[in-house]
Amino acid sequence: MTQWTIPTQDRSRFEARLGLAGLIVIAGFSALAVRFVFLQIVEHEYYMTRAEDNRIAVVPVAPTRGLILDRNGVVLARNYSAYTLEINGARTADIPTTIEKLARVITIDGRDRSRFRRLLEETRGVGTVPIRTRLTDEEVARFAAQRFRFPGVDIKARLFREYPQRTLAAHVVGYIGRISERDLQRLDEDDAVASYRGTDYIGKTGLESTYEKELHGTAGSAEVEIDAGGHPLRTLRSRVPVSGNNIELTLDTRLQEVAERAFGDWRGALVAIEPSSGGVLAFVSRPAFDPNLFVEGIDPQNWDSLNNNPDRPLTNRALAGVYPPGSTVKPFIALAALQSGRRTLEYTISDPGYFTLPGVNHRWRDWKEGGHGQVNLHHSIVQSCDTYYYGIGNDMGIDALHGMLHQFGFGEKSGLDLDGERTGLLPSQAWKQQKLRQKWFPGDTIPVAIGQGYFTATPMQLALATATLANNGVVYQPHLVRFVQDSRSGERRAVATDPLRTITLDPRWLDAVKQAMVDVTRPGGTAAGAGRDAAYSFAGKSGTAQVIAIRQGERYDARKIGERYRDHALFVAFAPAESPRIALGILVENGGSGSGTAAPIARVVLDYYLLGKAPASLPTVQPAAGSE
Amino acid sequence: MISGRRQLHWYTPAVILRRIAEPLDWPTLWLLLPILAIGLVTLYSATVDTPARFNAQLVNIMVGLVTMWVVARIPPATLMRYAVPAFGFGLTLLILVAVTGEVVNGARRWLSLGVTRIQPSEMMKIAMPMMLAWFFHQRGQAPRLRDFAIAALLLVVPGALIMRQPDLGTAMLVLGAGCYVIFLAGLSWRIILGLAVCGVGAAPFVWSMLHDYQRRRLLILLDPTQDPLGAGYHTIQSTIAVGSGGLLGKGWLRGTQAHLEFIPERHTDFIFAVFSEEFGLVGILILSGLYLALIARCMVIASSATTLFSRLLGGSLVLTFATYALVNMGMVGGVLPVVGVPLPFVSYGGTAMVTLFLAMGILMSISKHRQLVSS
Repeated sequence: MTQWTIPTQDRSRFEARLGLAGLIVIAGFSALAVRFVFLQIVEHEYYMTRAEDNRIAVVPVAPTRGLILDRNGVVLARNYSAYTLEINGARTADIPTTIEKLARVITIDGRDRSRFRRLLEETRGVGTVPIRTRLTDEEVARFAAQRFRFPGVDIKARLFREYPQRTLAAHVVGYIGRISERDLQRLDEDDAVASYRGTDYIGKTGLESTYEKELHGTAGSAEVEIDAGGHPLRTLRSRVPVSGNNIELTLDTRLQEVAERAFGDWRGALVAIEPSSGGVLAFVSRPAFDPNLFVEGIDPQNWDSLNNNPDRPLTNRALAGVYPPGSTVKPFIALAALQSGRRTLEYTISDPGYFTLPGVNHRWRDWKEGGHGQVNLHHSIVQSCDTYYYGIGNDMGIDALHGMLHQFGFGEKSGLDLDGERTGLLPSQAWKQQKLRQKWFPGDTIPVAIGQGYFTATPMQLALATATLANNGVVYQPHLVRFVQDSRSGERRAVATDPLRTITLDPRWLDAVKQAMVDVTRPGGTAAGAGRDAAYSFAGKSGTAQVIAIRQGERYDARKIGERYRDHALFVAFAPAESPRIALGILVENGGSGSGTAAPIARVVLDYYLLGKAPASLPTVQPAAGSE
Repeated sequence: MISGRRQLHWYTPAVILRRIAEPLDWPTLWLLLPILAIGLVTLYSATVDTPARFNAQLVNIMVGLVTMWVVARIPPATLMRYAVPAFGFGLTLLILVAVTGEVVNGARRWLSLGVTRIQPSEMMKIAMPMMLAWFFHQRGQAPRLRDFAIAALLLVVPGALIMRQPDLGTAMLVLGAGCYVIFLAGLSWRIILGLAVCGVGAAPFVWSMLHDYQRRRLLILLDPTQDPLGAGYHTIQSTIAVGSGGLLGKGWLRGTQAHLEFIPERHTDFIFAVFSEEFGLVGILILSGLYLALIARCMVIASSATTLFSRLLGGSLVLTFATYALVNMGMVGGVLPVVGVPLPFVSYGGTAMVTLFLAMGILMSISKHRQLVSS
């Protein structure tokens, strides 16, 4: 049944078609024959000459990567030239034996070997892979004398990236690393593969990654004469590569160092912003790491100790750490309440030390047992009275709170020019419905009013909101880079710093809230200790955020719980209060209390920035501008 | 009773040789062997630095020959029963690749099987013409327009999946194999002309929809000299290799272009450049003659096949084979854009080698089994 006998008519049509196809194939081969006669007979002389000329190889020349400088010209990332010993996997028959033989000529330690193995795997034998970097002159000479024994092994002069400030501002600067398959794919999508020919490295994190396009430059090419063995003899002609552009930051390295030192052994983050421009003056995430480790491929031991460290030094806490903001949001909530008319400056509550909702069997406790007594808005900030804000939350409702806090930048990315930012969470009725598929209960609003509950924010958002408040509601785009210096013209392109928007706020309420924040650091305020004898007016607000829930009827006792579950300490500040030059957002992980741990850090930073008062143990940073 | 006699003598050398020779089509094999020899000689020159590849290719050829022998023993009627499962299996794998495939060199082509990886698009080169030949066979003598529409759909879905990987070379060969079946099945000239006119007419419209970088890539594909360090580098260097070879070539192992490493991919897609440089125009004409004779022999097999399935499948396979050879040589000669198509039976690589031998096995099976059916 399956075997059709084919009618003659179809048979002949099939044969006609197959015959026609056959003719086309013959025509194709004939056309190729004509082409090859043309190439090999007619043009033979021409191509023979070109093959002779083909002692000349066109090789790509990688551009020099742009520098990263702080606002005073201190170098954060630069290049230096060094010799490397590289193995061409495709031309080396037995790589392990070759390495053994090399190890007798030049020191090759275990880290070199394991890094080489990993790189070899990544590149899958294409191109050359370094087995040793930073050869000394003596090592270069020793290898050169024995080069004939090592086919496929060569010494190359390469530019290396170096981060002279080491761990300082590591999360800002980031690091470069070998171009991976994923990077290649992304480059291909951007149609940038051509300008990366000859380049082995690409920005992986931090500004090195965010500003990759500026820093990298464009590849050039060189015509190199080679001998019959394929070794380069001399360069004949070259198209010079276009170096990457330098970038100049708003960051002040000295302030950065003061701020990092102020953290001591604490984990945490600090962001300092210039309110009048949005420029980031200091950007701390502790603990940090040394980006130099990553440049030539990190060895497995170092990687393991960084990646599996419980302190997570690789995480950028300032931008990607989300924490409950705690009482630091009270000034913003207070503004929301005043602006909406739900509270007046005179309105006073009598605080029993807790807050209840009719029909709900739950007591929202104030941090102070027994309460603060008679509290108006001013006192509520100075004393950080929780009960006062529970009431505001209940009266305003979550969506009204959301409306004002969102304007200050909570719940959305600040748009800082650094990769890896997280949004945190500013809850609303719509959010809970959408994400948790649950109705918003009035009880959900109460803890949000003191920066707890569903509410989380990044230290970056805290600093930005504080800068906006200091600026009377004018919002600037926060940024780290203020100039991009064109490598060819030397021209410095300034990054635009126009205000993004202005929040409508009554000056009376602004003055009241700011005055209360100044009183926070004065005798009677929660951060009076940190503000003692300050030579400038210092506005701040402390916050202490719970890491674990405390059960009803129990009190928090730092001594009883593990260090990792201790409260986070927060502090926001700006100074001088009457014409702010700097605004801060500070978080100390498991720091215990905002006024006790975070506020003193703010004081150190402000003293240095406003008065030039350096802590005793400082400084090591040399402000002299250096470059290649 | 006969089998009893055979069993008695199955181990004598003469019987063993006859049983091995039985399923093979000797004219085809006699044309194939010199091509394989040329391939090995050229590969030796192209891989002087890495001799392991030469040995690996010997293994590839052995595996291919065994595959061919096994397939040649399977009657076409049995092959036809595998058509639908093979196509369905291939399509499933292609979808799996699109969803979970491993990315190698920026393209998603490989499916990881734990121990090894397979490239499902490669098996479509055979499964696709099998499926369409089966389809037209079921439809009988006079396929209608609707049948062609269904066939086109069967062709386009896997074709699009392979193109998305992206693997232009393989997509082209798979689409080509399918189109050959449709053409041989007798799609009317009016429709072929109509499609051609539509294609030409739509070109400006498609062009206007492309992104700038896509246009630039197309232009570089058509004129490689625009990107002398990138896509154009291959073409420029291979043209120099071919042209400098001259009438008689520079001699075995003496091609400077090849040995100074100016020819990239010189053991795979650009091995013909090494061959042309070392053996010159005379070598090219001999190799082309062998290819043409092999193609002619296979066309004779296809046209004398007794079932519609066999002729459509055989015809499509031989035309695909011709496409391999023409596209690869045209690419090396600098008249066709650079796409990943190997030179059949010469380029280094196990997958392509086995696929090609498989196709030859099918053609041998068609050749051997026509007497059985017609008698």
